[in-house]
Amino acid sequence: MFGIDYSFRWRSALRALPDMLSGAWVTFETAALSMIFGVIIALLLMVMRQMNNPLARGFASTWISIARNTPSLFQIYILYFGLGSFGLHVSSWFALLAGITFNNAGYLAENFRGGLKAIPDTQMRAARSLGMNAFQAYRLIVVPQLLRIVFYPLTNQMVWAVLMTSLGVIVGLNDDLTGVTQSYNVKTFRTFEYFAIAAVLYYLIAKAIVLAARLLGWRLFRY
Amino acid sequence: MIEIENVHKSFGDLEVVKGVSLTVNKGEVVSIIGGSGSGKSTLLMCINGLEPIQQGSIRVDGTEVHARGTDLNRLRQKIGIVFQQWNAFPHLTVLENVMLAPCKVLGKSKAEAEAMAVRQLESVGLGDKLKVFPGKLSGGQQQRMAIARALAMSPDYMLFDEATSALDPQLVGEVLDTMRMLAEDGMTMVLVTHEIPFAREVSDRVAFFRDGVVHEIGTPDQVIGNPQKPETAAFLKSVI
Amino acid sequence: MFSTGFTLNDLRFMLEGAWVTLLLTFWAILLGTLVGVICGVLRALLPRATIPLAWLLDVFRSVPLLIQFVLFNSLKSIVGLNWSAFTVGCVVLGVYAAAYCTEIVRSGVLAVPLSLRRASRSLGLSYWQDLRHVVLPIATRVSFPGWLNLVLSVMKDTALVMWIGIVELLRASQTIVTRIQEPLLVLCIAGLIYYLMSWVVSRLGVQLEKRWQQND
Repeated sequence: MFGIDYSFRWRSALRALPDMLSGAWVTFETAALSMIFGVIIALLLMVMRQMNNPLARGFASTWISIARNTPSLFQIYILYFGLGSFGLHVSSWFALLAGITFNNAGYLAENFRGGLKAIPDTQMRAARSLGMNAFQAYRLIVVPQLLRIVFYPLTNQMVWAVLMTSLGVIVGLNDDLTGVTQSYNVKTFRTFEYFAIAAVLYYLIAKAIVLAARLLGWRLFRY
Repeated sequence: MIEIENVHKSFGDLEVVKGVSLTVNKGEVVSIIGGSGSGKSTLLMCINGLEPIQQGSIRVDGTEVHARGTDLNRLRQKIGIVFQQWNAFPHLTVLENVMLAPCKVLGKSKAEAEAMAVRQLESVGLGDKLKVFPGKLSGGQQQRMAIARALAMSPDYMLFDEATSALDPQLVGEVLDTMRMLAEDGMTMVLVTHEIPFAREVSDRVAFFRDGVVHEIGTPDQVIGNPQKPETAAFLKSVI
Repeated sequence: MFSTGFTLNDLRFMLEGAWVTLLLTFWAILLGTLVGVICGVLRALLPRATIPLAWLLDVFRSVPLLIQFVLFNSLKSIVGLNWSAFTVGCVVLGVYAAAYCTEIVRSGVLAVPLSLRRASRSLGLSYWQDLRHVVLPIATRVSFPGWLNLVLSVMKDTALVMWIGIVELLRASQTIVTRIQEPLLVLCIAGLIYYLMSWVVSRLGVQLEKRWQQND
């Protein structure tokens, strides 16, 4: 069918595996950090949206709609190149982390809001009728149920965060999985081999996250 | 004693309770009957402060429910309420549902709360469902659990908001049995109900609500057996 | 005073980039929807037999799109396909969209209650008639919001094709930034264009949905 005039060199490509694995760890770490910050900011955005202060509300909804309506690469770009206009020069890793965090927070805030809507008001009512104060009712009744509702979207967002870290290479990051892969690629031009290995590693990270989440879910949510 | 005096309650522009006065004495069972939208359920929510009122006053054992300084959380500990939609906490087992408030609100020890919860659950016939999640129970069982949950706080008063309205007909009986048992034990109860024969059987007094006011009130035999007002008679005719 | 090296020509260059973004989105969604509907219906109707398909599609959702572009691009040169970068972009994005679309369609079909299907079969409709006139129309409505989200997310993901050398909106902006050194201004304009495109698409979607609901 096609004349394939290319000899694959898997053996030499596999020699890069240790470096790529440490790149994979950077990738995972970055994604995990972006999720932790993302969840915290998302909760803050959610609270701001409920406030009476129009400034806080406007800030939250602007954040959410920019995060959801522009490419994540664009968000990273703005942080990397745009902040330079203010004399703030950030590293590519920081721009990547901040960009993904920004993106995560926007999507998660929306998820949390949807989750909160899915818990009927009557649950709050029942809790208050038993003499619980508002804080107890939130902590003991609303939040545990919310956690279950947002657990699956949270897992998804974590997988996306891992995939998004690959964008770091475009702003010059060279120690995450894609960055390491690209450095080898530039040196040897065995593009297919190196990127295929990277693809497998990304796939494994993604699956490991889903699996871990499922196990955790079974333990946490018995109902 | 619950003393309700000239209470008005509106949702936005819609006034649903238009000046209700009613006194419920200790140990008394009072049933509130009436068509939907007559303000019965709303009044119940006002008694334990789940809904604010616009005018009038409600006193429970002399404490003004809607006064500024009232500790509603404290007050609600002695007023149990059972909702139409039972409102089980889905993430907790039956036992945990009942134990939660005694532990967290009354500050009881786990062991003490558990012993109390088991006793209450056994008395409503759920002794074999302790470790089950509410989602696995029938509506009737969930409602009995909700009753046990309210009773575990050792309340002085119990309010029932159409406790059987959302149940399948064959499940109504088991919940009514539980309520009957409670009435016979001398609990002070206010029932909003559509089960007229049941109201007649267990109540000391029956109040007929219409358009947000008490239209007729008296003993069950008077109000249900021999209504004085034509509207009461018409309502009873329509539901029986 | 405020002075800028940004010219109308630059704006035109960016709008041309935006046009490329829209074209890529269009072709990717067209391909993705065609493949996705077929795969999704198959996944719903023959869940067992199509498990391998599910695994395959899952790979496309678990590997960064950027890596997929690079891999496909190099595979293209290996097997000697003479495709333009634009075609590669469309195909990779299209397959990526298909992987998501399959799940959307599948859950849409599964959302049609069995009782409804029984009802239509009891009226004498054949398996295919039931599928064509009852199941798919309902599934379409259920799936539509998810599909619309997919369109929006593919539009944003087109930004990644710059890596294989296509000049779309973001790449066009970058080129201008390199020349006039005003990253914030240029990127804000780019962001605004993305935002507007997303807004228009989601508006159109909401209008369409409303039209359907009126008929319900």
